[in-house]
Amino acid sequence: MTTAVTASRRISTNADRVGLGAMLVAAVCLIALGARWVSGPAASVLLLVLALVLIGVLVLALRGGPEARRLLAPYGLLKPGMLWLALFFLAPVWSLLRISLSTKPSRFSVDYNFTWAFENYSNAFKDFGTQFQHAFVYAAIATVLTVLIGYPLAYVIAFRGGRYKNILLGMVVIPFFTSYLIRTIAWSTILADRGFVVRTFDAVGLVQVLEWLHIMDNGKLLNTPAAVIGGLTYNFLPFMLLPIYVSLEKIDTNLVDAAGDLYSSAARAFRKVVLPLSVPGVFAGTLLTFIPAAGDFVNAQFLGNPNTTMIGNSIQDQFLKQNNYPVASAMSAVLMFSIASLVLIYTKIFGTEDLA
Amino acid sequence: MRKRSKVARWALNIFAGMGLLYLFTPIIFIVAFSFNKPKGNFNIAWQEFTLENWMHPFAEKSLTHALRVSLEIAAVSTIISTVLGSLIAIALSRYKFRGSGGINIFLILPLTTPEIVLGSSLATLFLGQNFIEFGFTTIVIAHIMFQVSFVALTVRARIRGFDWTLEQAAQDLGASPMRTFMKVTLPLILPGILAASLLAFALSIDDFIITFFNSGNVVTFPLQIYGAARVRIPPQINVLASMILFLSVAVLLSGTIAGMRKEAAKTSAAKPKRHSLTKSG
Repeated sequence: MTTAVTASRRISTNADRVGLGAMLVAAVCLIALGARWVSGPAASVLLLVLALVLIGVLVLALRGGPEARRLLAPYGLLKPGMLWLALFFLAPVWSLLRISLSTKPSRFSVDYNFTWAFENYSNAFKDFGTQFQHAFVYAAIATVLTVLIGYPLAYVIAFRGGRYKNILLGMVVIPFFTSYLIRTIAWSTILADRGFVVRTFDAVGLVQVLEWLHIMDNGKLLNTPAAVIGGLTYNFLPFMLLPIYVSLEKIDTNLVDAAGDLYSSAARAFRKVVLPLSVPGVFAGTLLTFIPAAGDFVNAQFLGNPNTTMIGNSIQDQFLKQNNYPVASAMSAVLMFSIASLVLIYTKIFGTEDLA
Repeated sequence: MRKRSKVARWALNIFAGMGLLYLFTPIIFIVAFSFNKPKGNFNIAWQEFTLENWMHPFAEKSLTHALRVSLEIAAVSTIISTVLGSLIAIALSRYKFRGSGGINIFLILPLTTPEIVLGSSLATLFLGQNFIEFGFTTIVIAHIMFQVSFVALTVRARIRGFDWTLEQAAQDLGASPMRTFMKVTLPLILPGILAASLLAFALSIDDFIITFFNSGNVVTFPLQIYGAARVRIPPQINVLASMILFLSVAVLLSGTIAGMRKEAAKTSAAKPKRHSLTKSG
């Protein structure tokens, strides 16, 4: 009797361990079930385990007293969202990896069998190496351009905006209230061969210069790599500008004044005071710009030509048009891993506090 | 010396102005061409001014239908993701608990994964099972998946610094936990939750890549535009896009004005009495 009482008390005081454990077990069950890692009777057992764990925690919360309830509360609040992410974010990644190592029984089949088919990966690199290269190079150039355009704009708004600061910031965001696709299609018409921009460039004789710079090609602006990079730069600019603005806004302008009082030139004060303090913003902006840009296929489709396709175009084509799920999944997995490792290296250099 | 810095100052301002102009170029184009009377199937060359398109914004049946589907999907997914995400945010800011660091990192993961990976991997989950067919439900599931993190992080940022001892006070005065939540906690964290749900709604309406992989036969507004772009671009696309734009600007403006009013009220309000409230709100 007394041992039962002490046991139940011990469970109550360790309710947080129980809550966390239950959440993790439930998540693993959902991942395994969702990704169809197990099937048949094993799946039923797993479903039973899942139900028992959830019921067990509920019983503990109802009968464990206020202390246990307080310890269990955060896990109760987290559980719905976390289990949703386990089933619809983690389980899909698992099933993506599984399919990327599967083979199709025949060319036109939509089925696939798990066979540790690593050749999907080598095929992906062999056939779509250029697209990988395009994705990373275009995204990198676009990211640099967003810094070059976004930083000065954020700087002017943050330090010279005065009472118009919020209005100016609103103006930066407003263009992005129109649909992403419509904006991109609008660019394709603006840059079109006999459009306004090309004719202006032609009139002022810029065409030769731009062709020499490899921005224009044969008098064309649309359907060039430059147009794709320009579209990426445009569409992801706010993801760079806003974090930079936030980090600039936080800077105490007294620091800049102090640097001036100590006989620092304006340029030097910027380099030694403002720039280092805004690095976290540039860092967050770089990730927020590069990641979606590298996986994008809309810009390459509307603004590029068949020689400027990015990995996103290939994944989309292989997955939805060719139904070649294994190779498409392998490409997705490579994209995911390369971006994850980039993020990892990046956070090792700059730290993670400013990310969230 | 001084003259040079003045020149540099203006150069920077002009550069920033050009940046703003760059941001607005396609928008001006979209709004202007909503007043165009196009020749043929593509609304890309300026012909003549007309109000015709604005008089009949819903003339394109398939486009209007797609917009309705998008609004329905956005409404359903926003409600669910706002609840799920807000609960996570409350758990993270209200309690100190084992594993909160891991949860914080885990929440960022969906945001640092390219959309095409999220979309294609979710599609592999739905492939070859017979519980759910690709369509409305799978789109809603997909949208909730990426909205939850956004909502959780936004709400958490907005209720950082919330004074949770107010709950204690309400309970000491005899309020039940339910009443405390409804009368004290919820009203104070509601602005943050509303802001997050607006963001989630906007993300859902505009999502293309993830939806593209999980839509089946259902056509949302972005999917309709994507499909139409190669065949026909009716001016109604511009009209509806402009409408969404103006509506968002109106929401943004009313939010800004409400914020400014609140700020004004704060400074003119009796200072010592409202101290704790102004701090947390």
